Amino acid sequence: MTEVKLKLSGVTKAFGKQPVLQGIDLDIAESEMVCLIGPSGSGKSTLLRCMNLLEPIDDGVIHLDGVDISEPGLDLRPIRRQIGIVFQSFNLFPHLSAMDNVLLAPLRVLGKSKANADGQARELFTRFGLANEMHKYPDQLSGGQQQRVAVIRALAMQPQIMLFDEITSALDPELVEEVLDVLRQLRDAGMTMVLATHEMGFARELADRVCFLDQGKIVEQGPPDVIFAAPKHQRTRTFLKSVLR
Amino acid sequence: MCRSSSDRTPLNRRQIFEARQRNRSIVIAGLSTIAFVLILYLAVPLAPGWERVKASFFNGEIFVKTFPTLLEAFLLDIAIFAWSAPLIALVGLLIALCRSTNAPALFPLRIFGALYVDIFRGVPVVLVIYLIGFGVPGLGLPRPWNSPYIWGTVALVLTYSAYVAEILRSGIESIHPSQRSAAICLGLSERDAMRYVILPQAVRRVVPANMNMFVALQKDVALLSFIGPVEILRQAGIYKSLLANFTPYVAAAVIFLAVTIPATRYADYLLSRERNDRS
Repeated sequence: MTEVKLKLSGVTKAFGKQPVLQGIDLDIAESEMVCLIGPSGSGKSTLLRCMNLLEPIDDGVIHLDGVDISEPGLDLRPIRRQIGIVFQSFNLFPHLSAMDNVLLAPLRVLGKSKANADGQARELFTRFGLANEMHKYPDQLSGGQQQRVAVIRALAMQPQIMLFDEITSALDPELVEEVLDVLRQLRDAGMTMVLATHEMGFARELADRVCFLDQGKIVEQGPPDVIFAAPKHQRTRTFLKSVLR
Repeated sequence: MCRSSSDRTPLNRRQIFEARQRNRSIVIAGLSTIAFVLILYLAVPLAPGWERVKASFFNGEIFVKTFPTLLEAFLLDIAIFAWSAPLIALVGLLIALCRSTNAPALFPLRIFGALYVDIFRGVPVVLVIYLIGFGVPGLGLPRPWNSPYIWGTVALVLTYSAYVAEILRSGIESIHPSQRSAAICLGLSERDAMRYVILPQAVRRVVPANMNMFVALQKDVALLSFIGPVEILRQAGIYKSLLANFTPYVAAAVIFLAVTIPATRYADYLLSRERNDRS
């Protein structure tokens, strides 16, 4: 944890008059795994969507590798390529097979050769235990498999950072673990990751740092041991009590 | 569901009840149909003009005599349909894309798309055919550019592509925005997101609705008879004058139905399958 990969300074965002993010400062180091926790509506998802510029920010600055990527009017496509995101609802393309879902962007955006992209995709499918599923269509896959395909699709662009927006929340309980395993593998491979999650056990097990968000602000952050065992703020305590029970 | 098992095991009381209900429905439906047909069969000939109508609309001899020529004339309808349909699909797609664009530079296109759809959906097909079919050749264009085939086709394409464009646009709008987001997040441009992600799904979704449009087109091709081409309706008209009998019109209707009924049924089948897929 040496170099700062992604740096957010004073990021604010409002939907209409409704403030969603109110001055977020956050440094994410290379190979770090940061978990965002907090009640629904606290701004976790919006924060992730601002990080890859899917939502334009109202104020503040975002640096990727020291370069200001939040400058209005910038061509966002080369930036988005470097920041992969996986959504709660998978968002696979239903008319394409798992393989074609993964191949679309490497072929169309990176201009890779079919053979090259195909080889890399096969490697990823094998690595995440989906070698037998890659020619199936999304509706022939379980939720857990679909979500793993979505992760593979994002990884095929060889991003520098991966963002995960509550990727296990839409899954049946017995399918959660296979998706979390994928995250464990990525963690071992040294991927820089930011997760919005409700899986407290998982956050506690793997995160380098946990940030508690409430009402668009980072209320408290620190190593999971500290946040979960001895939270300083009353709001953090109340939230953790309600989710851990 | 388990017919084979019900052969072996005795029916439970629910099954017995349902079987009785089913039989009852079949008997009632059969009886009421027979009664209905019987009444028609007995009542219609009682009408004072029946004998005359029968002679001038349902003359078997004339039917047999005119049928082959009418069938041949129908080939022209099919030909006009065959070259109009792909043009309609193409123009419809272009107009739909015009209307779905957001880029400010393409604003005129969006306005054009909206205007186009408003105008050609707002005017009766016959009127468009008359105005274009007689109007444009009236400019004194040299042969073959004054052909009613060309301008009749243009009129059909203009009208039908307006409808097809609206159907396609509704398809495009029915694709959840998260699909676009997902494509954009992978680094795809707006254009590629439309081309590879949204449009393929949208087109598939509106195939049944467009099938219905094309069934309607198959019928409306006959309207070109008003501006010249001797297709089936015109041919039937010629026979009517020649033989002073309306049976050729009935024959023409039979020929149309032979094509449109299967096509409509197929469209309905696609539509219900689509509905089942989505639910």
